[in-house]
Amino acid sequence: MPTEFAIRTDLLDKSFGRTRVLDQLTLEVPAGAIYGLLGPNGAGKTTLVRILATLLTPDAGRAFVLGRDVVAQPQRVREVIGLTGQYAAVDDLISARENLYLIGRLLGLRPRAARARGAQLLAAFGLSEVAGTTVKSYSGGMRRRLDLAASLVGRPAVLFLDEPTTGLDLASRNELWDMIRVLAADGTTVLLTTQYLEEADRLAGRVMVIDHGRTVAEGTPAELKGMAGGQVLEVRPLHGADVGGAATVLADLTGAGRPVVAGDLLCVRVPDDDLVAAAARSLDVAGIPVRHFVVRLPSLDEAFLAITGQHEAGASR
Amino acid sequence: MTVFAQTGVLARRNLLHVLSDPEQLIGITVQPLMFLLLFVYVFGGAISGSTTGYLEFVLPGLLVQGIGFGTTQTAIGLNADFQRGLIDRFRSLPMARSAVVAGRVTADIGRTAWMCLITVGVGAALGFRLHGGVAGAIGAFGLVLAVGVAMCWVMAFLGVSLRSAEAVQTAGFLLILPLTFASSVLVPAASMPGWLQAFVKVNPISVFVTAMRGLLLGGPVAAPVLQSAAWIVGMCVVFGTLTVSRYRRRA
Ligand SMILES: Nc1ncnc2c1ncn2[C@@H]1O[C@H](COP(=O)(O)OP(=O)(O)OP(=O)(O)O)[C@@H](O)[C@H]1O
Ligand SMILES: [Mg+2]
Repeated sequence: MPTEFAIRTDLLDKSFGRTRVLDQLTLEVPAGAIYGLLGPNGAGKTTLVRILATLLTPDAGRAFVLGRDVVAQPQRVREVIGLTGQYAAVDDLISARENLYLIGRLLGLRPRAARARGAQLLAAFGLSEVAGTTVKSYSGGMRRRLDLAASLVGRPAVLFLDEPTTGLDLASRNELWDMIRVLAADGTTVLLTTQYLEEADRLAGRVMVIDHGRTVAEGTPAELKGMAGGQVLEVRPLHGADVGGAATVLADLTGAGRPVVAGDLLCVRVPDDDLVAAAARSLDVAGIPVRHFVVRLPSLDEAFLAITGQHEAGASR
Repeated sequence: MTVFAQTGVLARRNLLHVLSDPEQLIGITVQPLMFLLLFVYVFGGAISGSTTGYLEFVLPGLLVQGIGFGTTQTAIGLNADFQRGLIDRFRSLPMARSAVVAGRVTADIGRTAWMCLITVGVGAALGFRLHGGVAGAIGAFGLVLAVGVAMCWVMAFLGVSLRSAEAVQTAGFLLILPLTFASSVLVPAASMPGWLQAFVKVNPISVFVTAMRGLLLGGPVAAPVLQSAAWIVGMCVVFGTLTVSRYRRRA
């Protein structure tokens, strides 16, 4: 089995009852990379992570972590992975110190070594001061940090982070991002799932977008932005009352995307420059004066919507 | 690290839960005390003509009943671990899968022992005497712990099989209440209708209680202890296997 990839899946299928959750999913994550797995709710991100973490078995296809088969050699896979699930998996009723001690001991560390490793992680994650209090009293950010620390006790070579920053405030999110970067710099391979494009953009070298369990796009964040198809036209009518009218006009442009309205701002994808001119003409004909008419590159969010949207359209055809 | 060491580490964690939670500590101390006082003073006169007479009759039974209700905590705790996502963490570690359940059962045996000691201590203060001698008392203690292990496995099965904490709590209660009341724990079976007597006779709780009475109060022990042992082994094997296999498969 080739081992150049830290994580490799080959045509994975997984269904729950009649719902197909993963559909011939193939993924290749180079060692030492932060790899982003991006997808809307129900896309199959957690399912994929659970298969890779040996918590679920696929219906078909194969998956390898550091060349170890997740189905045939689950125990060997468990030796090299760390998992931070979508919901913090820490014991609320005991202290952070006891949580980490427990994991250390279960991983085979002697009591003294387990204590030392725990203390080291508590310090690194800024939890030393609260180490003795029960986790029940922790804030969401503190729990998340403890959860991440718990998945690092065994110094895993491959780390799965399932929506690690969901529900965190901006400061905590930034802190966690920094920690993830440090881990990657030390050579840990990180597979990160997220619904936030910004997160993938900031952290991941490569990103795969999945929807309905299928790959819809793969590449660097910059490449994904390019895939969204050209540029975005922003229009802000002079009079707020004209927003509806402007939306209708822009929606009628053939070849353009569906206009997205936010307040009095309309955004529409325009694959080529002719459409920009056409939009200007149509607004003029409709008698809608505008005070803001700007063409720009799409944000990653728009790229994401565009990519998953196209996929949706493709699937329903 | 061996399964036993992992079991020990997890048992320690479960005991920390009890020790760090005053409500649970009070619960496992007050509950056996309350059961004993209520049954002895409310029913004693009516059933046995005197509270001391009834105390002798009911205490061995209350030990078994207490284990029944006490071990519902096994089901609840195990289920809570699933809800908290902790089980996922354990299952992603290179450790023995049976250790999580075994650790829980081990810790709950500790709790069971504590509840038994309270019951016997308070019973002694009220006038309960060990007519079965020291050997009988030691045997009874061993038996009660073994019954605890067996009940724990039944409860562990409930804990991993049912989804919500409420379902687990209800199922545990609905199992233990009829099993312990339709038995010879509280009253002799002789006064019950025939069909119920038939059930009481085969009810393993009655078997355990008969053995306990023999050991604590003196009397025939060989047959009931052997029967109890058969039940205990059977329950452990059947529910142990079911629990561990279900634990492995549960997604
Ligand atoms: N154990 C299960 N039984 C039945 N259906 C399931 C199970 N787990 C997941 N699903 C379904 O599989 C689909 C994909 O779920 P999954 O949790 O992998 O998505 P996700 O991308 O992680 O979504 P989210 O962003 O909401 O976390 C969903 O439709 C979900 O309802
Ligand atoms: Mg998910």
